[in-house]
Amino acid sequence: MALKIVKGSIDRMFDKNLQDLVRGIRNHKDDEAKYISQCIDEIKQELKQDNIAVKANAVIKLAYLQMVGYDISWAAFNIIEVMSSSKFTFKRIGYLAASQCFYEGTDVIMLTTNQIRKDLNSPNQYDTGVALTGLSCFVTPDLARDLANDIMTLMSHTKPYIRKKAVLIMYKVFLKYPESLRPAFPRLKEKLEDPDSGVQSAAVNVICELARRNPKNYLSLAPLFFKLMTSSTNNWVLIKIIKLFGALTPLEPRLGKKLIEPLTNLIHSTSAMSLLYECVNTVIAVLISLSSGMPNHSASIQLCVQKLRILIEDSDQNLKYLGLLAMSKILKTHPKSVQSHKDLILQCLDDKDESIRLRALDLLYGMVSKKNLMEIVKKLMIHVDKAEGTTYRDELLTKIIDICSQSNYQYITNFEWYISILVELTRLEGTRHGHLIAAQMLDVAIRVKAIRAFAVSQMAMLLDNAHLLAGNMQRNGICEVLYAAAWICGEFSEHLQEPNQTLEAMLKSKVTTLPGHIQAVYVQNAAKLYASILQQHEQAGDKKAAVEITQILIDKLPQFVQNADLEVQERASCILQLIKYIHKLQAKDIPVAEEVMALFTGELNPVAPKAQKKVPLPDGLDLDAWINDAPSESSSDDENTKKTIFHEEEQRSIRHRQPEMDEDELARRREVRKQEQANNPFYIKSSPSPQKNYQDASGVDHIPVVQIDLTVPLRVPGMPLSDQYLKLEEERRQQQRQDREKKKKKQKRDKKGKRRHDSLHTESDEDIAPVHQVDIITEEMPENALPSDDDDGKDPNDPYKALDIDLDNLKPLKKGRPLTDNEKLPVRMHRISEKKSPEIEAAPVEEKSKKPSKKAKKEKKDKEKRKSKEKGGKKHRKSYENPENEFAAPEEIIAPTLKGEAENEKPTEGSDLDFWLSKAPVQSKSQTESLKNEEASVIEEISETKEEEEAKSSKHKKKKHKKEKSKEEKKSQKKKRHSADDAPESVQNGSIDDELLPPMSSYFLLAESSFVKMTYDIQGNLQDGSQVVVSVIFENQSSGYLKSMDFNVLDSLNTKLIRPEGSSKHDGISVPFQLPPDVSNEARFVFIVESIVMPQKLKGTLTFIVKTDDGSSHEKLDFKLHFTCTSYMITTPCYSDAFSKLLESGELKMSAIKVDRISISFQLLLAKICFHHHFSVVERINSCASMYSRSIQGHHMCLLVKMGDNSISVDGKCSDSTLLGNLLDELKQTLTESC
Amino acid sequence: MSTEPEAVQAVRNLWWCGLSGRMIKAILVFNNHGKPRLSRFYQHFSEDMQQQIIRETFQLVSRRDENVCNFLEGGSLIGGSDYKLIYRHYATLYFLFCVDSSESELGILDLIQVFVETLDKCFENVCELDLIFHMDKVHCILQEVVMGGMVLETNMNEIVSQVEAQTKLEKAEAGFSAAPARAVSAVKNINLPEIPRNIKVSNLSPFV
Repeated sequence: MALKIVKGSIDRMFDKNLQDLVRGIRNHKDDEAKYISQCIDEIKQELKQDNIAVKANAVIKLAYLQMVGYDISWAAFNIIEVMSSSKFTFKRIGYLAASQCFYEGTDVIMLTTNQIRKDLNSPNQYDTGVALTGLSCFVTPDLARDLANDIMTLMSHTKPYIRKKAVLIMYKVFLKYPESLRPAFPRLKEKLEDPDSGVQSAAVNVICELARRNPKNYLSLAPLFFKLMTSSTNNWVLIKIIKLFGALTPLEPRLGKKLIEPLTNLIHSTSAMSLLYECVNTVIAVLISLSSGMPNHSASIQLCVQKLRILIEDSDQNLKYLGLLAMSKILKTHPKSVQSHKDLILQCLDDKDESIRLRALDLLYGMVSKKNLMEIVKKLMIHVDKAEGTTYRDELLTKIIDICSQSNYQYITNFEWYISILVELTRLEGTRHGHLIAAQMLDVAIRVKAIRAFAVSQMAMLLDNAHLLAGNMQRNGICEVLYAAAWICGEFSEHLQEPNQTLEAMLKSKVTTLPGHIQAVYVQNAAKLYASILQQHEQAGDKKAAVEITQILIDKLPQFVQNADLEVQERASCILQLIKYIHKLQAKDIPVAEEVMALFTGELNPVAPKAQKKVPLPDGLDLDAWINDAPSESSSDDENTKKTIFHEEEQRSIRHRQPEMDEDELARRREVRKQEQANNPFYIKSSPSPQKNYQDASGVDHIPVVQIDLTVPLRVPGMPLSDQYLKLEEERRQQQRQDREKKKKKQKRDKKGKRRHDSLHTESDEDIAPVHQVDIITEEMPENALPSDDDDGKDPNDPYKALDIDLDNLKPLKKGRPLTDNEKLPVRMHRISEKKSPEIEAAPVEEKSKKPSKKAKKEKKDKEKRKSKEKGGKKHRKSYENPENEFAAPEEIIAPTLKGEAENEKPTEGSDLDFWLSKAPVQSKSQTESLKNEEASVIEEISETKEEEEAKSSKHKKKKHKKEKSKEEKKSQKKKRHSADDAPESVQNGSIDDELLPPMSSYFLLAESSFVKMTYDIQGNLQDGSQVVVSVIFENQSSGYLKSMDFNVLDSLNTKLIRPEGSSKHDGISVPFQLPPDVSNEARFVFIVESIVMPQKLKGTLTFIVKTDDGSSHEKLDFKLHFTCTSYMITTPCYSDAFSKLLESGELKMSAIKVDRISISFQLLLAKICFHHHFSVVERINSCASMYSRSIQGHHMCLLVKMGDNSISVDGKCSDSTLLGNLLDELKQTLTESC
Repeated sequence: MSTEPEAVQAVRNLWWCGLSGRMIKAILVFNNHGKPRLSRFYQHFSEDMQQQIIRETFQLVSRRDENVCNFLEGGSLIGGSDYKLIYRHYATLYFLFCVDSSESELGILDLIQVFVETLDKCFENVCELDLIFHMDKVHCILQEVVMGGMVLETNMNEIVSQVEAQTKLEKAEAGFSAAPARAVSAVKNINLPEIPRNIKVSNLSPFV
């Protein structure tokens, strides 16, 4: 056996290995193909052998040949064989070859599933790694579905090397198998906080990529990313996050506001150019998204533009390029800021680097004004001449046309100049944009009536010189221009100076080499031209000339009749017959010109390309309805009747139509339409025809100022006419300026006093009067056209759409749309079926919930800001209604602990985000709900921890001794009380009868895990109006020893944890004790609060080490601290006379609530209000009581509680209405819950 | 060059490119004459198409001067407007990444530098010949930097240590049986043609 192996390896020695193959190819430069085919034959032999080493050697050679361009898919099966080798060396070769040549279409790929799974679960991390890498290149939907669960398990692998790869490949899995996103997302999110920076960066990478495609689903992660951004030191991660924020801000403007500051700080401080650049980019994105909301960010914009200028001025071409790229983004929203750097951008046009010139070209679009358009275009024309590559030259061409035609030719003052620019552009050979130039020529000639005469003369010149263009016959080539030229000359033939010559040019034999569609236009327009010439001759009485011109056509047209293009053929033969007939008539001396002209009367108006689409559907028109009666089902008297029906129908319709054609009727309708148009502010009226203009207009406006000798430039094709215009334009402006000056001087003479102001005159855009008084006809749109422009719908084939999945609230034990049974990742059913992912098992059974949204209505101010959020909310609700999420399990079944816990988590991510984003916390919709939760948890806690509480402190005991306390203690109200310890006593104050009160606890559940349970209570500090103390009881629920507990919260702007000096705001506070099993202890944390009028929540984490006999593990527990308004109240006694004075003062705002179906006693009710909301009873008369409390910031709070039949009404008065409202809401919640 | 079926395929590929979720679409290394030394496509192209892309990108890149920017647009075969070519030129070799807009341009430039420096470390003064004869090892290194079109690791030390661990594993596996083969290949390698060694990694400074 051993001998065989040695022998095998000795044989192998003389096989060609990869190096031999490469060397061989290099030595056979002349007959490479032959040599390689030889090698492939050898490889085929090697693949037939049993020895896996030989096979692997063959496969690695194939991988090389693949790179050189040989198809190796035929060896796919052998590659799989090598992949399944137990040796890492060969396995890697196999996976390498597979990743080079496998793709979704490879049929043997389905054979790999089990092999890959085996490798993924291999004990050797490099086997796993190589399998993951390979899989990332050829994952198919099937593979993704079958392996998703294995990969998800790997995301928690002990080795960061594997975790990192597993996290990254999940993105590919999501793309191929979108159903896996929801189950896998919680774990992916967890990886954002992985201890290994590589894994973290991979997770950021994946989530950023997901978020880039469907940003709205990831908004809730913003706080987390924000934390990462402020804490991460990895520039790569920072760049990704910053890019992500750029995508998120358009959806949530408040996020932008929050970002601006840290980003500008980063811009100021960072030395890394890549980071600086991305920061600037994101600030730009933020500012763009904000620009609608709050325009006052000019400082930030200025900073960005300044930094970009530094980049552009840098000698490093890369920075220059990127600077220009970012500049073009600013240009869209803040053109003014960019325009001030025009010098720099024009300078970049001369850069030797094409990439940079292209970027600078993009910017030019926003740089032009009436003043500098000609100058800039001149510069571009010089570049066109110099440009060597056709790509860059074509780019220049399109840019010239773009900037000239932008916003309806807004910046063009002289259309003659523009036409000559277009004519000059026709000299470009080999361009692919001939049709663009042609379209511009047509557009200008049709829409700018004043320019038609000039345009026609130029086009006639082009037609004469057609041989210049004829060299390039490809479609879309420059010859397309002739299409426009022929059409313009034909349509506006009245402006032609020498129509005969043009007609002859159109009928040259060379024309037949042009593309068919151009020839067709030639033929048609030759006919038009003929008609107008004929008319001229007839009017002049020159019969001979008329016959001559007819003869020319009869001679020349036959060449088109034999054309290969059908369109040309048809038109030519039609027109030829017509002309022959005219010829006959002419022979009989019958005047025909009028009739021939009638063929081509009427004016063509430009129609907007979208016009048809924009015609609104009239009311009451149902396009799907039958026009006639639907064909009867019983077609017994079949075809005969139908035929007659149709026949009659036809006749009738003809009869109907005839009156429409009536001249008077037509005229009348035209009149009506004109009237409508005149009254329609959206319809831009067309100008009267130019001929009319010249007759009617008495002013000089319509006469071209510039008189050019057209004949000279026309005879010299190719001479840059436009330069002359530039010069003339300058002169003209000079003239205008002088005129103005003169006028001004006159004025000045009149008003001598105010001379200084006017002396510094700068020419602004508005001052430049166009040469022609030009009316630009707008493209016709149907009346009542819908103004919307969102025609470009989303691509239905977008693969990312599948990943548009609602991920909010997708945490285990979270209300919202939980994972359902059918969302489990598929698991191999035999053997390992019990190995489900923990998330799935933990998927809670929860009830469907709908949120009371009445609060939302109240907050009109916030409403607009939150519009986007509300939308999200709606979506949520929609998803709740999704039948698959309805749960069969009724509420009663839910274990109380689970309920408490689940409800505690209920507040949606959305409100968290709101909270995080808002300076003054936005009153969350779910606030009332969470109060309810707390209540629930309190009750639960009471039942569970009665004993424990007794042991804990004396305060809870007190309530058990209420009976013993006597009425005379009423007097003790004078005593100042400012801690919860006294709360039960204050209950006493009101207790007249000796009712036994149930035990109450002010400690609410904060969070609970199998290791630790936290309950907390918040008390205000009267000495310091801005401080509250949070007491947290930690209870060890595990059998291990808890140590190194670290308590940390994410500060908000309003509420901050006071940390020891010298620690940063991200550090936690270490809990000053350790917990042996089943022991609890209390720790206090002080918070600083700015505004107390609204409740708010803070997110936090407790990290700790659990030490058991088996070893120790690092654990954490997330929680949310809920600061209710109640927690800011302090039980303060008040005399009834002081109380009534307070009420009389009139300074207090008033509000009221009413709660129905109250079943508890009034006594208990008061006790509850006193205990849970820190009130004291001032006076109680029968079923009516007045109560008082004070906030830590000194707001007075007065309540009048009245008990009716099964209902209770509470009137409140307070110096702050928001505080009152919130407190009453909380109160109501307590009361509703307790009944 | 472009027959009709190929052109049709090009259009189809283009369409497909626009849709696929790859941030880095391709990594190409070719020499000053356009000979491919490494090609890694993160989406499927036929072999002919791959060669065409390599040729096209080589033509685009090679006609650019030194001291111009390292970004390039206008590759018609690979990617549409969302894609950019980002490259670096070291002595005889071009290293070129085709990326979409989700990648930071300067970041990718830096990544190329990391990749080349890693090659330099693993091959000890890397030169074109190393890439020619050890394509498999170069792929192995690349796999530790970029995975499935996404950046996996940017820390050079981490990359090098993972590559070395794998090489060690392979050596352990080869053990005795591979010794004779190694000896033979050492003999074969004696007379390699002279090609400029060392592609001078240090001539460009990183941005990040």
